Amino acid sequence: MSRKRISSPEELEALGSRVLSRREPDRPVITVCTGTACQAYGSLEVYRRFVDEVKRQGLQGAVVEAKATGCHGFCEQGPVVVIFPQEICYVKVKPEDAPEIVSATVKGRQVIERLLYEDPVTGRRIAKASDIPFYHHQVRVVFGDNQYIDPKEIDDYIALGGYSALSKALSRMTPELVLEEIKRSRLRGRGGGGFPTGVKWETTRSASRGSKYVVVNCDEGDPGAYMDRSIMEGNPHAVLEGLIIGAYAIGADEGIVYVRQEYPIAYENTMLAIEHAQEYGLLGKDILGLGFNFHVVAHRGAGAFVSGESTALMSAIEGKVGEPRMKYIHTAVSGIKGRPTCLNNVETWANVPVIINRGAEWFSSIGTEGSKGSKIFSLVGKVNNTGLVEVPMGMTLRKLIYDIGGGIPKEKRFKAVQTGGPSGGVIPEQYLDTPIDFEELNKLGSMMGSGGMVVMDEDTCMVDTARYFVGFCCEESCGQCIPCREGLRTLREILTDICEGRGEEGDIEAIQDIASVMEDASLCALGSTAANPVLTTLKYFKDEYEAHIKEKRCPAHACKALTAYYIDPVKCSACMICANNCPTEAIHGEKNMVHWIEREKCIKCNTCFEVCPPRFSAVMRISGEPLPPPPAPGTRVVREKKR
Amino acid sequence: MKTITLQIDGEEVGAKPGMTVLEAAREAGIDIPTLCDHDEIKPYGVCRICSVEVERKGKSRVVVSCGFPVEQGLVVKTRSPRIDRIRKVILELVAPTTTLDGQAAGDIKRIAGEYGADVHRFESRFRTKPTRCILCGRCVRYCDEVMGESAIGFVGRGVDRRVVFFPEKARVCITCQGCFNLCPTGKIASETDFVVFDGFSVEDCLPGER
Repeated sequence: MSRKRISSPEELEALGSRVLSRREPDRPVITVCTGTACQAYGSLEVYRRFVDEVKRQGLQGAVVEAKATGCHGFCEQGPVVVIFPQEICYVKVKPEDAPEIVSATVKGRQVIERLLYEDPVTGRRIAKASDIPFYHHQVRVVFGDNQYIDPKEIDDYIALGGYSALSKALSRMTPELVLEEIKRSRLRGRGGGGFPTGVKWETTRSASRGSKYVVVNCDEGDPGAYMDRSIMEGNPHAVLEGLIIGAYAIGADEGIVYVRQEYPIAYENTMLAIEHAQEYGLLGKDILGLGFNFHVVAHRGAGAFVSGESTALMSAIEGKVGEPRMKYIHTAVSGIKGRPTCLNNVETWANVPVIINRGAEWFSSIGTEGSKGSKIFSLVGKVNNTGLVEVPMGMTLRKLIYDIGGGIPKEKRFKAVQTGGPSGGVIPEQYLDTPIDFEELNKLGSMMGSGGMVVMDEDTCMVDTARYFVGFCCEESCGQCIPCREGLRTLREILTDICEGRGEEGDIEAIQDIASVMEDASLCALGSTAANPVLTTLKYFKDEYEAHIKEKRCPAHACKALTAYYIDPVKCSACMICANNCPTEAIHGEKNMVHWIEREKCIKCNTCFEVCPPRFSAVMRISGEPLPPPPAPGTRVVREKKR
Repeated sequence: MKTITLQIDGEEVGAKPGMTVLEAAREAGIDIPTLCDHDEIKPYGVCRICSVEVERKGKSRVVVSCGFPVEQGLVVKTRSPRIDRIRKVILELVAPTTTLDGQAAGDIKRIAGEYGADVHRFESRFRTKPTRCILCGRCVRYCDEVMGESAIGFVGRGVDRRVVFFPEKARVCITCQGCFNLCPTGKIASETDFVVFDGFSVEDCLPGER
């Protein structure tokens, strides 16, 4: 489709109306989430089936539209399909459900009960997406448009009022006024540091005359975090619009969207978005006929976690190895090629159009005193509703994990939540009522970070958790400075020793020594925060460390070296379930004979523990005490007589 | 002309704009230990041994003196319990990578003595063969900045990071050998066998555990 250049704000408005008038409000639209998680569940095939089905039932063209959108966020229930205008939400949809959905729901306006989400608490089936508790408690300032937009289609974005903020900024606001608006909104960086965005912009703006850069950091890499990916994949124009507005306020003439290598769809959609925006004259020379020139290129990262650090990212853009450097002169003053460079995270940029459109007052009315607006989290781990959630700042962790997340699966007990990825820390149960706020999370030794939120239950070992994150950073450290490289290496070895029963007296002091020096003396923030998971687990779960070191016991029964499996001869009912499921044939037993585990063969995979029927609960995990001997050969099961 | 006055360890010190704290301290005869710094090359800031505390507007923070620019009225402390602990632990962490027969050598040994670092503290936790290289990058930076050759460089990341000669470029090394004297551990001079320059593999040029 050819795109005619838009050369004034009026033409943009007219285009928006034209797109809307072509779309009747009552026309049914079937949106299929094709975010990464739903794609993994096969949603592309679901989408293709809908396209075929719409044709087959003679509904194509103006009557019914099937649309592949970006991530809706409810990843646990994918593939997710929402049918507008009624907003009927179907979950776990399979390709073979498409004909029925088209004939029953789209044509017949009937709801298909079995495809609705079932609330695990009430058992009630819920038809409307916004009535589902997962969505109901969210405030989707940035992420909400994802479900309406085909990210490859710029008209979808424009129909929803896209680029009207840019038009407003360029036609009715001076760069100073835009900057002032962002400062007054008190937006803070969503990438981790939480630095006031307006102040950052101002530093770059007043740095020097001459050309400047604005950069989108889409190098998200925290384990379990994918907020930026879903925005960049699902709504790239929102980021682009924010970037152009920022460039106008800052006085930058070049923009770079840095997308990590591992996000091919994000890169593809970014490239398309840039191309389409250029065709419409929303990028390039004389944007909207208002005299502002700004060019954007996409830069594909070469795959290193540390490249998300601002100086490393800029080195990578310059074509050098993506390694951090000393930044006693800020990149806002001297960044890419020595020019003033303003770098913000994807989510930060995506907030900008909203602030310009709805105003700083509206934005800052959401949130807490120090943390304004909303924040997207990727809620993962031991929680019922995993997915992407956007909540107002100030919501308590408890509400997020229990009301939106639906609590902990299998009625297990909550133990801790890890926020801020490998730079953050764990927050234990007694702080679940902490509001989500930059300062409040810092006070607990964790941080907001970019928005990773990993929920852990009673079966998670805190020493092992620390070991995992330290191992991650150890692999991802660039290796330049000694505190980070050798500190992480040594911490990893000490923590591995503790988890494997080789912990020694003095290990806790050694950990604290290394951690504090890493924090004080590392070259970049990756090193100075990498010990946070260790420090917080030590702070809140020191007893677990001590149990490992002194008693060689893992209280969570998660550390394999310290845990053994045993079948209680009194409880065993000789049902053969564990024996049949054991992958190494370590369980001996037959009908009526008490089962037992051959230690040499057991790989501690936990399968027997999981499959043993709860009414028997005969499989035990033993840690820190000697394993009882197996039953004598030929021990028969004792059964209670049935009355 | 010295136009900036700052305070280092209670002493008023003059400095030229653009100087680093380390340079200003050295001119004033105040010793700050370093491992990766060298006169002939630009500051790199990776050994972190030259960390000092600077105070600005009543706020104190740790910076590396080799990279931090002087400024008017800056208050610098080159020794404090915090700084001493940083230097001690860094030496304890790096020592196992570089010890010869379990013994530290050269600057590491000298500084360790001064800061009470136990160079054997983490030895039992160091589970690969010591490479002897502390990755200070003097050789890499000298070859690039002074010789303009980049015949030697870093490969790998994190604990896998190591220094190698690049085969296509290493011919110039036969006559140059400029990095030999810069290497603080003596590794390059003692382990580089020039016979291998004809068609060697990257790995066997500088033997190192990866």
